[in-house]
Amino acid sequence: MYRETQIVSDDTKTASPDVEGDLVINVGPQHPATHGVLHLVITLSGETIKKVEPHLGYIHRSIEKMCESLSYRQFIYVTSRMDYLSSHINNHGCALCVEKGLQIEVPLRAQVIRVLMDELTRLASHQLWWGAMAMDVGALTPFFLAFREREMINDIMEETCGARLTMNYIVPGGVMVDIHPNFQQRVREFITHFKNKIDEYDELLTGNTIFQIRTKGVGYVSKEDAISYGMSGPSARGSGVQCDIRKLYPYEVYSKVQFDEIIETEGDSFARYIVRMKEMRQSLSIVEQLIDNIPEGDFQAKTKAVLKLPKGEFYSRVETARGDFGVYIISEGGTTPYRIKFRSPGFSNLSALDQMARGGKIGDLVAIMGTLDLVIPDIDR
Amino acid sequence: MTNEELKIKLSELIPTITFEEGGQPIASAWLNVNVEAKDWHGFANSLKYNPVLSFDYLFCETCVDWKTHLTMVYHLESTQHRHIVVIKSKLDRSKPEIETVSDIWKTAEFHEREVYELFGVNFLNHPDLRLLILPDGWEGRNPLRKDFEDTINMVKL
Repeated sequence: MYRETQIVSDDTKTASPDVEGDLVINVGPQHPATHGVLHLVITLSGETIKKVEPHLGYIHRSIEKMCESLSYRQFIYVTSRMDYLSSHINNHGCALCVEKGLQIEVPLRAQVIRVLMDELTRLASHQLWWGAMAMDVGALTPFFLAFREREMINDIMEETCGARLTMNYIVPGGVMVDIHPNFQQRVREFITHFKNKIDEYDELLTGNTIFQIRTKGVGYVSKEDAISYGMSGPSARGSGVQCDIRKLYPYEVYSKVQFDEIIETEGDSFARYIVRMKEMRQSLSIVEQLIDNIPEGDFQAKTKAVLKLPKGEFYSRVETARGDFGVYIISEGGTTPYRIKFRSPGFSNLSALDQMARGGKIGDLVAIMGTLDLVIPDIDR
Repeated sequence: MTNEELKIKLSELIPTITFEEGGQPIASAWLNVNVEAKDWHGFANSLKYNPVLSFDYLFCETCVDWKTHLTMVYHLESTQHRHIVVIKSKLDRSKPEIETVSDIWKTAEFHEREVYELFGVNFLNHPDLRLLILPDGWEGRNPLRKDFEDTINMVKL
């Protein structure tokens, strides 16, 4: 089922301009600036935005309903298709929830591998964001640079996990297979390569006057509003909210590695940009700390062939590249979950878009959306 | 505050609430509170604005279909005190109604629209209760209810 064009005209009616002369326009669902099938109905007065109304659901697959008929091993793979840029971290959150229910102790080696992959995924995601965000505001070169470095991560992933984007590498109890013999060497090569490149990123874009004018003071959201809108991840940390799950509720080996939670207080697009740029360096440092210290041992705990969670409710939280990702499983004691809820960070972040864009100029909308880092399948689920 | 302290404080606020032990059989189990739907809005208000509690971050809002009734589930966290509480409210399955909290936590506006279309819960005083994810014409058919059947798109395993 799809929305027919007639419905768009209906939207225009519901979003009827309050004042004669106001303009209602549709951005998307197929628009290069929305990075996916996001449909925004914008009410304009001249060039000033009066209201932004997101219309979702173009890629809704009802993953929550689907999961109700999948076993605890199977449902993890579906979640790769939600936030496809942090697919590994989504899998991680699901596995953590199942392990919590079954009280499985994950071997240390598997924990370290998981965290390494998490951070590589975060780096790849932020690189793609950096390229795409720069492209949105009119700089084309960064896109190609970002993809050059992201390709290296994708190759590493392909070698070890067997897939480049939807890795499906995590199973309850550990990881699916041990790391590839080349893994450590290639990651080390990537670290030395990317350390120079990230400085190049900063030189190229962060200090660029035109870029700063486009992003500074744009899309402001206060700390109180950010919390009230349920924002999380780098978008909220740009407004001074302390919300990094890795720091607050450390899982796996995050309590043993050294890294800083990046917090900026300006609350505008540039602050959110800076948070992600600094986060890349932190992720790089985590990878650097762990890559030479992968302990020997099993990569997977011994688990039963058929997993049955005890009756009860389980909730796990992880920090994806976009923020606080939650998995809420309600079990009735069977082999499939009775109900699963995925708390996706993008959904809550998007709800703040109206507040951020209101009163701004239509040209700034892409700069705001760019720094929110929206991934539409994550929002629609 | 620890779960025990929260228990005492919350009972002082509103005596009709009941507690259930958290479902997570691990140390960090969260306090589960059952509240009646008619008391919810006032209770929510004090949860957010009482300085000792200040639950300002609604990180998850959803609903569960138990076949005999629906249960609204709210996960709340305080960014200041870092304590977490889970609020549950039973609703009548044939006529589910509960007061909106979108005036207290702004994120609830989207989450409630999602619950409205997927479970058919009617949120009283919601500013804009319309379909969010589903295409137009899906009113009255709630996909996440257990008795939902879709002969075309649903694959049964």
